[in-house]
Amino acid sequence: MADVTLMKTPAETALAQAFESAKTLLPGNVESRAQAFELFTQRGLPHRRVEEFKYTDLRAFLREIAPFASAPSVDEAKAALADAKALAGIEALQVPFVNGHLVREAVDFHNLPENVEIVPLTEALADNHDWLAKLSPVKWASENPVYQLNTSFMADGVMIRIAGPVETPIHLRFVTSAASAVATATRILVVVEEGASVTLLETHESTNGANHQPNDVVELIAGDRTNVQHVRVNAEGDRALALSTLAAKIGGEAVFNSINVVAGSATSRHQVFAVLDGENTNLRVNGATMLKGTQHADSTLVVEHAAPHCESRELFKTVIDNEATGVFQGKIIVPHHAQKTDGRMMSAALLLEEGGSMNNKPELEIFADDVQCAHGATCGQLDEDLLFYLMARGLPKKEAESLLVQAFLGEALEFVENEAAREALIGTVEAWLKARS
Amino acid sequence: MPAVQETIDQVRLIDVDQYKYGFETEVEMEKSPRGLSEDVIRFISAKKGEPEWMLQWRLDAYKRWLTMKEPAWARVSYDKIDYNDIYYYAAPKKNPAPKSLDEVDPEILRTYEKLGIPLREQEILAGVEPQRRVAVDAVFDSVSVATTFKEELAKAGVIFMPISEAIREYPDLVKQYLGSVVPVTDNFFATLNSAVFTDGSFVYVPPGVRCPMELSTYFRINEKNTGQFERTLIIADKGSYVSYLEGCTAPKRDENQLHAAVVELVALDDAEIKYSTVQNWYPGDAEGRGGIYNFVTKRGDCRGKNSVITWTQVETGSAITWKYPSCILRGDNSRGEFYSIAVSNGMQQVDSGTKMIHLGKNTTSRIISKGIAAGRSENTYRGLVSAHRKATGARNFTNCDSLLIGNQCGAHTVPYIESKNATAVFEHEATTSKISEDQMFYCQQRGLSEEEATALIVNGFVKDVLQQLPMEFAVEAQKLISISLEGSVG
Repeated sequence: MADVTLMKTPAETALAQAFESAKTLLPGNVESRAQAFELFTQRGLPHRRVEEFKYTDLRAFLREIAPFASAPSVDEAKAALADAKALAGIEALQVPFVNGHLVREAVDFHNLPENVEIVPLTEALADNHDWLAKLSPVKWASENPVYQLNTSFMADGVMIRIAGPVETPIHLRFVTSAASAVATATRILVVVEEGASVTLLETHESTNGANHQPNDVVELIAGDRTNVQHVRVNAEGDRALALSTLAAKIGGEAVFNSINVVAGSATSRHQVFAVLDGENTNLRVNGATMLKGTQHADSTLVVEHAAPHCESRELFKTVIDNEATGVFQGKIIVPHHAQKTDGRMMSAALLLEEGGSMNNKPELEIFADDVQCAHGATCGQLDEDLLFYLMARGLPKKEAESLLVQAFLGEALEFVENEAAREALIGTVEAWLKARS
Repeated sequence: MPAVQETIDQVRLIDVDQYKYGFETEVEMEKSPRGLSEDVIRFISAKKGEPEWMLQWRLDAYKRWLTMKEPAWARVSYDKIDYNDIYYYAAPKKNPAPKSLDEVDPEILRTYEKLGIPLREQEILAGVEPQRRVAVDAVFDSVSVATTFKEELAKAGVIFMPISEAIREYPDLVKQYLGSVVPVTDNFFATLNSAVFTDGSFVYVPPGVRCPMELSTYFRINEKNTGQFERTLIIADKGSYVSYLEGCTAPKRDENQLHAAVVELVALDDAEIKYSTVQNWYPGDAEGRGGIYNFVTKRGDCRGKNSVITWTQVETGSAITWKYPSCILRGDNSRGEFYSIAVSNGMQQVDSGTKMIHLGKNTTSRIISKGIAAGRSENTYRGLVSAHRKATGARNFTNCDSLLIGNQCGAHTVPYIESKNATAVFEHEATTSKISEDQMFYCQQRGLSEEEATALIVNGFVKDVLQQLPMEFAVEAQKLISISLEGSVG
């Protein structure tokens, strides 16, 4: 229900001011930004009365808007990247961003691996590049206020075209190193041409624990018979408010496999909007979330089976310690013509201590009569019997718990095809558990 | 796989054009002035001979209602209702408050005969087949026309009477409990009901009493341009037990009629209430013309420890259903259950489900819901399971299946699962085997397939309650629960 907002919150007013002063300075066409901002303004910051934000009240979380970050100097960027740890040591083509701005010096645009083409977004916007027409491929994202904010403010990003098989993973590395809180808005567009394949690594971190406000969007257009592997890590600082969107449109007989691992941020919301646009495509979207203290993490998912004979699997695992809050909202949409769809969505949460909360909303919207869609949701404590079994074998309680939590999250991680990335993610889980005990 | 033929046939039997209760009874009616105003509320209150406090209660609700907005979150769409174009009160002109059955208009008696509702006690006693006895409260538009077995129930201490009578005779009980489960301000339709409710049943079962027979209310909408706003209040005192059934039908008409009821159940320590509904309001025709708008607030409060409330519903009627029978599990060890079969045909729209709110320790709940959509209908399950901070050891198991027949219809599931307690264990359709691995094993060992075994066990829950339905309309319910959900989409 779209409530009419007459009164603007201070944050909304700040956003409006920020947009007014930034719109002419930001690269590219003002028109499309203004359009997006107008759409955002119509409904304002979403709050708990807005169904999609029922459990993540952005109006309450976003009371103050941090100033938008300016581009860092070369030295600053170098220093920030030297400190970056997330998925470090994995051989990949590095595409780094510091404070939401592409570090051009770090990318050798003329010597990219075979089948890879990269255009900085600022350039593309300034030159009115052909590829810009490919932005916003998914309507579910375009209707979303977080995405609209990103479209209004996006200051930098890259457009990547994959023309054939690419062996080396591409690592989109986002580091925020500004000393005090900044807001960033980045946009990545990845176009994977028919028959091509690529692995995308995407990491978000901060060199300090300031309350940064990143809003990142990755858009993917994958053609027929493509294979895209996507690994995302949120390792933002403990005070960050991180909003992110993945909008993907996948062709037929393709494979798309995406995982989001949350190990940071005070408040985070990762939204996935996926449209299966060709037959016999296989989608997997997983999530592994580790929360402690008073952290709040939201995983929101919309999968539209726009073509028949597709299979989708969604598995979200959330571990909640202390007084943290986990949110999972998933929706599988199967229109009339999408017969023989096979969709399975599962959310499981572990509450380790009294005081934690989990909100699950696994939704199905089905209009076709010859499909299989299942959804499940569980939440509860660690299995007492299993704990007892391990403790009876001499493991201290914390260790036994750690082992079980690892196994629990492991189920979501095991689908990561890139072995080095998978190992690194398991390492992230271990580090989280170690910090706990 | 698509639905099996047997299921398609069974659903066809209850398609919208097969509606059997669409006849109209010619009775001269007395109505309130059209529309809603303080005067109309005073008119209703005066007709019912209500004390001043009740009138005040209604007027307060009305004032509140004027400030409220009609909810729009449900997955149903309909033309705006003109609340000033409805008659809020309609009662047979001839003797609206008959003292005995002999005084009831024979036309009305014939109506109930046609509907198969036994109103004459001796007939029931002299029945050819030995039947179980059922006490019936028959509500015709805005008034209760007959309540059977009142004396016999009174001997056991059970109070069973129209609520308007209870307001006069047992004001203290009514005052204590009315609005205590569904507050006047609860939601748009409940507030409207609080302002204009006309009749419904009142049940009080004293401590330790097992109600000697089934109680039931049969709601019939008859008059044109009216709405029915019934209010039911059932109180099961400590250690008591009562089973209550509710049936509803209406004539075929091209207009949409509003039915906005409120049902409140209160179960004190160790008490048990079984509440069963066979909702068969006129669903409209195949093109979606006419039919009842069924906007109902039903809620049970397991107020005492070890109390149990069971909701069973078979939903086949209404153009639009907006209904979420809920349980507030306040007492420690209390239990809430919800069994539902909702079949939608034609252009029907169903948005129904339940809420299980776990507040007390070791509270348990179970939700079994089956939705079957055919024709061009939309069938949504919407349910909430929540555990609050103090609901240590709460447990829920939910299983909701839906089945589509044809690809013109839609089946949707919108579950909300909220846990604020680490020891609460919630499972939403995790796996079928979670029903009970032992039971599954037992059935499969005897040669049943997994599907058959699941059906048997799931149906077993529902049958257990539904087989108790004594009325004619229960036959349909029985047929419905045997419907196979083979090929269900999830």
